[in-house]
This record gives sequence, C-alpha cells and structure tokens, in this order.
Amino acid sequence: MGVVSSPPSLFMLKLKMEKISLASQLLQYLITGLTVGSIYAMVAIGFNIIYNVTEIINLAQGEFVMLGGLIMVFLHVAAGLPIFLAFPLTIIVVTLVGMLLDRLAIRPIRQPSVLTLIIATIAASIIIKGIAMFIWGKDPFDLPAFSGRSPIDFFGAVIQPQYFWVIGFLIVTVVLLTLFFEKTIIGKAMSACADNPDAASLVGINVKQMILLSFSLSAAIGAVAGIILTPIALMDYNRGAMLAVKGFGAVVLGGLGSFPGAILGGLVLGTIESFGAGLIHSGYKDAFALIVLLAVLFIKPSGLLGSVEITKIKKF
Amino acid sequence: MLQIRKLPIIVFALLIIAFPWIARGIPGIGNYPDIMVFAGIYSLITIGLSLLMGYAGQISLGQAAFFGIGAYISSILTTKYGLNPWICMGTGMGVAVIVATLVGVPSLKLRGHYLAMATLAFGIIVYIIFNEEGEWTGGPDGMIGIPGLSLFGFQFNSVEKYYYLVWFFVFAVFLFTINIIQSRAGRALRAIHISEAASNAMGVDVARYKIMVFVYSAALASLAGSLYAHYLNFINPSTFDLFFSIKLLIMIALGGMHDIWGAIFGALLITFLSFEWLHFFEEFEVIVYGLILLGVTMFLPHGLAGLPDMVKDWLRK
Repeated sequence: MGVVSSPPSLFMLKLKMEKISLASQLLQYLITGLTVGSIYAMVAIGFNIIYNVTEIINLAQGEFVMLGGLIMVFLHVAAGLPIFLAFPLTIIVVTLVGMLLDRLAIRPIRQPSVLTLIIATIAASIIIKGIAMFIWGKDPFDLPAFSGRSPIDFFGAVIQPQYFWVIGFLIVTVVLLTLFFEKTIIGKAMSACADNPDAASLVGINVKQMILLSFSLSAAIGAVAGIILTPIALMDYNRGAMLAVKGFGAVVLGGLGSFPGAILGGLVLGTIESFGAGLIHSGYKDAFALIVLLAVLFIKPSGLLGSVEITKIKKF
Repeated sequence: MLQIRKLPIIVFALLIIAFPWIARGIPGIGNYPDIMVFAGIYSLITIGLSLLMGYAGQISLGQAAFFGIGAYISSILTTKYGLNPWICMGTGMGVAVIVATLVGVPSLKLRGHYLAMATLAFGIIVYIIFNEEGEWTGGPDGMIGIPGLSLFGFQFNSVEKYYYLVWFFVFAVFLFTINIIQSRAGRALRAIHISEAASNAMGVDVARYKIMVFVYSAALASLAGSLYAHYLNFINPSTFDLFFSIKLLIMIALGGMHDIWGAIFGALLITFLSFEWLHFFEEFEVIVYGLILLGVTMFLPHGLAGLPDMVKDWLRK
C-alpha cells in the first residue's frame, strides 16, 4: 500500500514561502484557510443534517471523513481502481457505515436521551477508529491529487490544483443538498421531521427512515470531505476526532442547525486557523479553532446565523 | 431521605485495608496493590464525575485536563520551585476550581449539553498547551524527578504506604460526597435530575448547583492528578489526552451513573482491564472499550450498579 515517505511538497512550499513578501504570504494563508475551511464546512453540514432530524450531536462525524480518505486510498491506490469508480464506491461504503451506525448504535438504545445518544456516538467513534487502526495501521496514507500537484502561482501565493477541487466539491454539495431539501418530497419530509417529529409522523412520514436517511446522507458528505482532503493533508486512523471537533466548532460558530451558518462557520474557522498558525504560533494550530468554539459558546451561543429561539427550545 | 447503609461501607473499607495482605499471599497478583493505587486515583475523579453525570445530568469530556492541571502544577511547583508537595496539591485544586468556574459558568447557563462540547474543546486545548509549553512542562517528553510525598517525616515511599494514602483520600472523598448528596444541595441535585423545570419552579437555582458540582468534580480530578504525579515521579502529556477523558466516561457508564458505588467499581474494573486483562488486545483494546461503552449504553442504562434491580425486575416477571 502507498505509505508515504515524505509529505507532498510541504517542505518545498515552506522553502518557497520564506522568500515571498508579506502580502502574498497573507494571501497564501487566506487561500489555505478557505480550502481547509471548506472541509470543516462539509463536516459541519454533516453534523447539522443529523442534528436537525434527531437533535443528536454525532461525535462519530469525523470518522466518516477518516474512512472516506482511507477507503479511497485502498480502492484507488492499492486496488488500482480508476478515480471515477473508486470515488462513488467509497461513498457507498461509508454511507453503509453511516446506516450501520444508526441501526446498531442509535436505534437499539432503550432509554434514549440526548446524554445517552451522545455517549453512543462516542462509543461508535472509538470502535470505528479502532477498526481502522486494525485495517490500515498507524501510518498516514497519501492519495494522488486529482489533477496533479504542480502548483499554480497566484499573485505570489501558491495554489495547489486540489484546492479548486475542494472548493468545487463544497459548492456542488451545497447545490445538491439545497435541491434535495427544497425540491424533492423526501427532502421536504426530512425538513418536516426537523421542525416537528411528532407532527411529521402524524402526516405519515416514517421518522425512523428519515433518521436512517440523515445518517446516510451525513456519512456520504463526510466521505466526500475525506476523499478530497487526503491529497492535501494525508489521512490516518487517528484524524477523526479532531476533524469532528473542528467541524462542530464550525457548526457552533455558524449557529447550530443552520446550513448557511455551517458554510460560513467552516470558512471563517479555517481562515482563523490558517492565520493563527501562520502569524501567531504553528504549534497551536489545532487550538485556534477550539478557542473560537469556546468563545462563541460563551459570547453568542446562537452563533452567527443561528436563531436564538432554537438555542432556547432544543434539548442540546 | 436517601438512606445510607453503613454496613457495605464498613465491609468495603475492611476489604481495602486487608487487600495488600491478601495480595501478598496469592502468587501472581503481587502487583495488584500497585494497580489498586491507580484505581484509587481514578476513583477520586469518577466520584466527582458521577455526581456531575448522574445528578446534574451533564457530561464533561475534558476531565483529563483537570487531572493534568493537578499533575502539572504539582510537578512544576515541586521540581522548579522546591515547594512543599501538599501546598502544591492545594494550589492545583485552587487553580482547577478557578478554571472550572470560568469554563462552567457560561456553558452551564445554557440549556442542554453545551458543557460537553465546551469541556471537549477545553480538554484538547489544555493537552496542546502541555505539549507546546516545553519550557514549563517539558513538552511531549514530560517531566521527571517529581518528589514523593511525606507527612511529618513519614515517607510514603513504598507501594503499600501509598496505597493506604490514596485509599484514605478515596474514603474521605466518598464520605464527604455522600454527605453532600444528603444535604440541602443534594436534595436540590436530585430534584434537578428528576425534573429541571419543576425544580426551577420550586425555586432551585439549577445553573448554580450544576456549576457547583462541575467545580467540585474538577477539584477532585486535580487532587487525583497531584497524587498521580507524586506516585509515579514522572508525567507526560499523553496521560491527559482526550482518550483518557473518554475512558473516565466509560468507567462511569459501566459502574452506573446514578450511584457513587458505581463510580468506584467502574474505576476498579476499567483500571484492571487496562493494566492487566486487556494485554492480549494490545493497541486494539480501544475497540473493546468502545464495545463496552456501547453495550452498557444499550443494555445496562444504570450500569453495573443497576444490575441487581434489573435482575429483581426480571425475576418478578
């Protein structure tokens, strides 16, 4: 399997960056931040889909991303499938994992409360992480970038072609989801469950199926995020928890349950992290997003675009 | 009024006192008192956590951070400034109380489970600080040469002496906590557990009691951290990571959230599992922990402490 000996071009990037001016450096941070932020946004959207239907904060959300990356590596690099086959196949496998998560860990709980459901997702996340360690070991894996790794020069900043794929996939995901929730009958049924599950089941919506669907959808989006992230940042079994926490940071920043909020939150969080790591202290790279999460919880828990009403009513 | 039965406490105390002698007599378990020291240290944390989870209905996913705060403050103040370890222990608890208030007040004033997320973020931030502030904490390598404990010239310099010291703390905290549960504050907590809205209507300051419990649990975790550092004489950040917080959660869930006995038994079981009985699984023990946590959540909502009642109900059917 394709164990990586040296991180792709990161060292070269660093060498190059020492020579360039502050303005282009700031531009570089912004571009990197928006790219990573797109990933956080996708994780955040995954959180919101499940939260809106079930009020569960699915702490295994990051494991979907990790699985997406590693399964894609297995299918594309190790098994040699072409991208256009490996990509959908990965999404299908991870979606199945999401369905299993609902059927094996969430639905069987006898006395569901927000507390026990959160604990169940924690349990599921460490099981998935353990199994991934069993299958792939501890080494990080690389995935070839979709259109090569020759960097593009943009006003002195370096853009990897993969960045465009990441941002492009975020846009595609958002457009497809919007169409799904607003135009299809199933999507509308899911929104109805989010508003009022009792009323939804009274008009004949199968709430259990909608919950299953929310887990599948959320797993699929997580898988996409993992696949497009791996060529930029590698992937290993242990990445899920941090991705989940940062994705949740994006959720809270944007406002729990809000889709535009998730996108805005993700992009802002990614940018803050990128500037913080570049300008303040790179060792604290992972801390910036979490400090933002804490600050938002303390100052404005409804987030940038969330409604205060929801914060008051919802159980989480 | 909640009844305390004195008999189980006395029996348990006698068992704990006799254990080192028993262990000496049985071949193959000579290292069990050593493991029991850790079990006792973890029990201190889980007692506080069970009050938080079982009575205030909140989870903390950052308890490892308070454990670490105690351990690091004790280590830094003793090795770098030569302060008396007992003073350091108190300082650590003081810092934990202040930090817990800062984290807890804003998140517990919100309804729901914001504390879970705030503590999760807080725990990871503290873990990063332990790793990054190498000048103070020794970075990823950790700190060595942390002195042991002594009292009026008596050195706690053997496993058995430390065993009795740690379990003395566990019993003191256990009795104190039981007294809290029986006091006015305890009645308020039980009321909150049954219905937050109703207790609010009866004039119970729900947020204030939740914050008190959270702060208390943080102070206990810090105390445990100091005891840990002075026992091992060595610490490094990996002890205080997110997985340790999750492990504490597993101890509580397994023992039973609504029962302080459960907190101690959960800590004992998981400590022995991780030190002795899961070696076979090596690194993959994390899967076993996950399965335990999931299984307990599904089938034993009240943990092992709830098992007798479940059996009784089942027999009655």
